[in-house]
Amino acid sequence: MWTELPGLFLLLPFAGTGLVFLLPNQTRPYGGLLAAILLFLAPWAIAADVYTNSPIDMNLGGWPQPLGIGIYIDGLSVLFLLLTAVVGLLVSVYAWSYFSLPENKTKEPHFWPLWLILWGGLNALFSTADIFNTYVLLELVGISAAALTALAGNLLSLTAALRYFLVAVAGSLAFLLGVGFIYAQTGQLDMYTVAQSAPDTSLMAAAFGLISVGLMSKTALFPFHFWLPPAHGNAPAPISAALSALVIKGSFFVLLKFWFVVFHGLSGPEQTGWILGILALAATLWGSYQALIQSRLKLIIAYSSVGQLGYMFLIFPLLSGVLDPGWKLQAWAGCGYQVLSHGLAKAALFLAAGNLIQASGTDNIHQLRNIAVCLPMTSFTMGLAGVSLMGLPPSGGFMAKWLLLQAILASGQWWLALVPVLGGLLTAGYIFRLLSHTFVSDTQAACYGRVFWGMDKTALFLALSSILIGFRAQEVVFFLQERTPILALGGGGP
Amino acid sequence: MNLNFWLPLIVLASSLFPGLIIFFLSEERSTLRTALNLTGATLKVVLAHFMAYRLLVLGHVHEAGFGMGLGSMFVLRVDFLSLMFLSLSSNLWLVTTLYAVGYLEGSPNRSRFFGFFSLCVTASTGVAMAGNPLTLFIFYEFLTLVTYPLVVHRETGPALRAGRTYLWYTVFGGSMVFLGVVWLQTLAGPLDFAGTGVLQTLGTEHHFTLGLIFGVLITGFGVKAALVPLHGWLPVAMIAPAPVSALLHAVAVVKAGAFGIVRTVFDVYGRDFAGQLGLLGPLAFVAVLTIIFGSLQAIAQTDLKKRLAYSTVSQISYITLGTALIAPFSTVAAIVHLVHQGIMKITLFFCAGNFAETLGLHDIREMKGAARRMPLTGVLFTTAAMGMIGVPPLAGFVSKWYLGLGGLGAGQNWVVMILVLSSLLNAVYFLPVISTLWFEQPDQEWVIMRSSRFEAPWTLLLPPLLTAAASILAGLFAAWTWSPLGVARQIASGMGMWP
Repeated sequence: MWTELPGLFLLLPFAGTGLVFLLPNQTRPYGGLLAAILLFLAPWAIAADVYTNSPIDMNLGGWPQPLGIGIYIDGLSVLFLLLTAVVGLLVSVYAWSYFSLPENKTKEPHFWPLWLILWGGLNALFSTADIFNTYVLLELVGISAAALTALAGNLLSLTAALRYFLVAVAGSLAFLLGVGFIYAQTGQLDMYTVAQSAPDTSLMAAAFGLISVGLMSKTALFPFHFWLPPAHGNAPAPISAALSALVIKGSFFVLLKFWFVVFHGLSGPEQTGWILGILALAATLWGSYQALIQSRLKLIIAYSSVGQLGYMFLIFPLLSGVLDPGWKLQAWAGCGYQVLSHGLAKAALFLAAGNLIQASGTDNIHQLRNIAVCLPMTSFTMGLAGVSLMGLPPSGGFMAKWLLLQAILASGQWWLALVPVLGGLLTAGYIFRLLSHTFVSDTQAACYGRVFWGMDKTALFLALSSILIGFRAQEVVFFLQERTPILALGGGGP
Repeated sequence: MNLNFWLPLIVLASSLFPGLIIFFLSEERSTLRTALNLTGATLKVVLAHFMAYRLLVLGHVHEAGFGMGLGSMFVLRVDFLSLMFLSLSSNLWLVTTLYAVGYLEGSPNRSRFFGFFSLCVTASTGVAMAGNPLTLFIFYEFLTLVTYPLVVHRETGPALRAGRTYLWYTVFGGSMVFLGVVWLQTLAGPLDFAGTGVLQTLGTEHHFTLGLIFGVLITGFGVKAALVPLHGWLPVAMIAPAPVSALLHAVAVVKAGAFGIVRTVFDVYGRDFAGQLGLLGPLAFVAVLTIIFGSLQAIAQTDLKKRLAYSTVSQISYITLGTALIAPFSTVAAIVHLVHQGIMKITLFFCAGNFAETLGLHDIREMKGAARRMPLTGVLFTTAAMGMIGVPPLAGFVSKWYLGLGGLGAGQNWVVMILVLSSLLNAVYFLPVISTLWFEQPDQEWVIMRSSRFEAPWTLLLPPLLTAAASILAGLFAAWTWSPLGVARQIASGMGMWP
């Protein structure tokens, strides 16, 4: 492979931001979309390289360690990068149409630079091997995400964005403090080097606690989820999609790396894994229950994220508990699948919700009328995305639930089985509640607003992808199991 | 081209693709829609019986499998048991499609209806051909998804509420099946219906867990098979249009549940092994409870469709009961009743639909003398009801006879008592309907909802005529090698459960 590609790929969105920023307002979408297309294509080349050869391990600018900034792209990173690429491109196409609607036109110039910064921050976050850099990128992602949330411009979204911003900053500061402790103890910043030299001291335990709590609050794990529903529920549709599909996955990714690489040898993960299991169960029950009783469309979808995050957090009790290595790999694959299918399905749902709101002029599901007639494609999209979220076969969500449940049953931690089983049941409850309202017909009600071609199709495409990844498990599992030499799975790192 | 590989896939596709195409047709193109539907349905019947011929006479094994990356494959395999359910689904789909075309003429949202209707049959043929628990679960869940829009088809408040009830039950059932299937695979590795006996090789320390999994699986399948206390959705779902009730109650949903139970007992655990674990006693108890409770509830109903629904609750459990007894005759009874109950119950629902559609009658008390206004429908209804009661030589009698023999063979003489009691109860809820239909004087003038040359449009009369004829013939020629009973005996001997 062309060795400069990863570096250029990481630089691309920031260069794009600068370019878009300099362009006059009317032409910004063109620059943004061009950058989006390039950003969509590049990760596939990287993925192909990782697939055929091995994880990419390099130092940015050619500076050797410990001075240089390490880039390490393994199978896990590849999947997160591809998810970002697919969701990013489709959200960009959707945003092109969405922001060209007359009522959103004024926000368009602000959207593109912020969006590219966010995208670039995520890409770099998934590629870096340096813990201080991780902090910087977390801040970058958090700030741009909060700014995008505020873009809706109404009081609700401003409040939500401010709250989101404060949580994000608090989380990052806790994280930074933890990073400081680690540096003080080891004098290293590279993840795998730290893992080799970390002493099992109380200062490291403090770092472990600070970093875990900081990242959990940024990921919105119950009980730190309070900021998520208002933020995701009030942002403009394409931004809600990106926030739920990608941004919370960013801090989740970092959490995975810290638990299973940086702190792997220490006693922290082993002793506290079960706590995250309890929180996962609580998140699934509480988030799904809230989704069942909300009457605002986007809040239902937002609370659904709180619930679905519970599935992902199952990986912590499973991997840190006593379990046969084969089953650990299984759990790991299940978690990866959940990240992918939730990302795709949730983005599809938020985009579809944007169409619904656009077409019916209301966010209240009790006032929806004739949706199945006005927007057949959107109703279909919601059905497909719902199937994946519920984990019905054949879909990505089904794969995730299957793999996780097998690992749970094999691990003997029976109570964790409540998460996929009850979670699936409750998810079906709120998804069908949503869908049943699209069936309500009313001959008096007319279709209200116009939905552009791109808005319908992008959502459908995302929903279809969330179903279709259930058909080709081999490659995904290969990336997660054969190309991710993560320490907790018995891998040796780079 | 390898027919053994492709035939199962083509059978699935023969309803899947017409269904998908129909979604995109506009409401007005009813001719094209009907043509697509009937072509698909006819093709499925022909192919299903072609496969039956190839399997039973030529001995070909039809199998198509794909890797899923889950340790278990997606497998379609046509064995003897599949054939029974497949033949039932495909034949009844054909007649129900004809009926639905007539029944829904001129009503809104027909493209959606027929689209999901086709997907429904795709799901039930998938259940029939599933070669391992994973595949069975996939189609079992798919069936839940595609029947929901049919239940709420009328879009009214009560329909939406009924849909919600239906979903809570079936989704719960689905998650139980999911848990059971995953658990089994975790414990014993990938299982296959063709390779029964893997579970017996597990050590005795696993027997308690195996019993637990059995309970979980039966609970999951029991929801759709309407075992008490999981039957609550079935009477509620009666809000759906008549063809849907006919299809849900005779073919797709309840049979998928019953079929799941049969598969679990016969092909996952093995009948004798399940008996050794002491699992069949409780199952028989639940079945008996359901038989009696369903009949008692049926007596209390005055809405004809509701009465039929509770009757289904009761009748479906004959299959479960037959499965739970360790005797050759009861095994055959369980398998043959899959078909017999299907053809009789669908006739009853067609007739109920005819009364509702042409005369606007739903309540039994309004039906005084209705059979004299609609004699053919009346005769067909009476025939099927007699069959349900178990009057010889109709199909229902054959099932009950074999079930009774099975009970005696297994040394469980109480089964005969239950059968007598149940037949008595069947008579108590069917005979008054028949007497009201034929012998009472109507209170008022008939309101004709649809006028036609005969007592109802021919599309509404031909389907019940065919199914009623089938239920007479199935009883009359039961001894023939290719009658449902004859095939059921071949199936049982193929599984080594018939001498």
